[in-house]
Amino acid sequence: MSARAAGRRSVATSRRTRIVGAFFEQLCRLLTVLTCTALIAVLAVIIVKGIGVIDLEFLTGAPTEGMTAGGIFPAIFGTICITLLMILMALPLGVAAAIYLVEYAGKGLAPRIIRAAVNNLAGVPSIVFGLFGVGFFILFVGRNLDRVLQTGLLFGQPAMLWAAATLAILVLPVVIVSTEEALRAVPASHREAAFALGATPWQVVQQTVLPQAYPGILTGAILSVSRGAGETAPILFTGCAYFLPRLPVSEFFGIPMINPLDQFMELSYHIFIMVTQSTDAAATRPIQYGTTLVLVALTFLLNMAAILTRNRFRRRAEALL
Amino acid sequence: MTAAGRADAAAVPAAKVMIRDLHYFYGPKQALDGISMDFAERQVTAIIGPSGCGKSTLIKAVNRIGEVVSEVSVRGTVRIGDLSVYGPDVDLVDLRRRVGMVFQKPNPFPKSIFDNAAFGPRLHGITDRDELSAIVERSLRQAALWEEVRDRLGASALELSGGQQQRLCIARALAVEPEVLLMDEPCSALDPIATAKIEELIHELKADYTIAIVTHNMQQAARVSDLTAFMYLGRLVEFDRTETIFTTPAQQQTEDYITGRFG
Repeated sequence: MSARAAGRRSVATSRRTRIVGAFFEQLCRLLTVLTCTALIAVLAVIIVKGIGVIDLEFLTGAPTEGMTAGGIFPAIFGTICITLLMILMALPLGVAAAIYLVEYAGKGLAPRIIRAAVNNLAGVPSIVFGLFGVGFFILFVGRNLDRVLQTGLLFGQPAMLWAAATLAILVLPVVIVSTEEALRAVPASHREAAFALGATPWQVVQQTVLPQAYPGILTGAILSVSRGAGETAPILFTGCAYFLPRLPVSEFFGIPMINPLDQFMELSYHIFIMVTQSTDAAATRPIQYGTTLVLVALTFLLNMAAILTRNRFRRRAEALL
Repeated sequence: MTAAGRADAAAVPAAKVMIRDLHYFYGPKQALDGISMDFAERQVTAIIGPSGCGKSTLIKAVNRIGEVVSEVSVRGTVRIGDLSVYGPDVDLVDLRRRVGMVFQKPNPFPKSIFDNAAFGPRLHGITDRDELSAIVERSLRQAALWEEVRDRLGASALELSGGQQQRLCIARALAVEPEVLLMDEPCSALDPIATAKIEELIHELKADYTIAIVTHNMQQAARVSDLTAFMYLGRLVEFDRTETIFTTPAQQQTEDYITGRFG
């Protein structure tokens, strides 16, 4: 082949490459616009149809008239309670597991198996967690507690405690993975320095690693909250109620406190039952939109908090370099 | 053995650290091949050699810090006084308390200057504020940093310059009153003025501590050390008094290295 022919061919190839490149660039742009449009459309519909429903009474009142009117306060209250209880259970477990994996386990077979298990846990459909919650927490743990403590049927029935425990297992992978990342972000040189001063492995974790990883762990906690707060399937059988005339609050020693053995109402489940189980689904439509908007806003606020925390963490991490 | 394990015995003080036939492996890769040498008490021993010759590994074997981040296997013995470093009942906390270390890159914790210097004593259970203050002042003075930071002990250690950070790391190591101080290329990340300060400091610290310093810089080895070891490919090629190594080395390889013909 002559040099000229070769030159022409390379020009032709580069023109085709340019066309293909431009095509895929436009394709990516189009698909991005589509995705954003869908998201904006959904949010716009929810906001437009939901905003009119929301007023102080809607946010602070209980459902009335067979749940076709009134407010959603019990569901907001239940959502907040169960989310707090969930994070109280998931955070210590998840952080402990991550500390073990990063600081103690080394590179052997066991930590590899544990990591694979954690990743698989993240991929399990949430309804499976719901069934597991019934089978393990209510029927196994709860019923056996009742048998041992002679409490009749106190623990062995759906309750906020078991629903929160089920959700905690669901968000455990989120907590573990984000905590692992936060721990790994702490420079190895700080661990070396602490060890060289005669620190025990636990002192290294407690005094050099955790203080630096703390914001990252917090980010993971908030992300897991926003993941868990919107879930319906895991709590379906484990504790949430169709309608409760009262809040899950009991008096202990004269002080009103959240009773984790009571059932509760929850936002996403409230939407679900109003769409599918209501005596007059059409009449509840405005409430459905209002409830959805409240749930989306709550999740959005939690995500915002997570992003702000992460940014602060990043700034601090960059300042150390 | 390829070289004399001990420099001229009569002229050198008693051995503080005794390394005998030390073999050191990172996984399957051998880093040290039968090293035997001593770090003489209250002397500065410099270890020189080209990159990858095992000089950092050698000093990291003394306080067993190498095994913190890597999978290692070790054969041979290291003794510090009566303590057998690789013995079956060695307490790593006690060992590392007796052997301080300064790393290549200054690595102060993201805490205040005071908290950095007080870190080691706190680990070992000292909580009394006055006692801690006294230790912090003493170690910062020893590290020639006190005058520069005495008015801002509460400031973040990360606000200090690189050279000040490295002196803070030296103070942090001295605060637990070690017997031996290991320095792994302590000036490689510093400018010439900061380097000169650290070298001056090493001269002063020699009165109280046994020091081993790994360095890439042969002028530095010549300036600060009493004894110099030249290593190559995991072996100890030559170990003698510093002026001997730099004026009349016994091995051709040593001479080639210090005159810049290879390395």
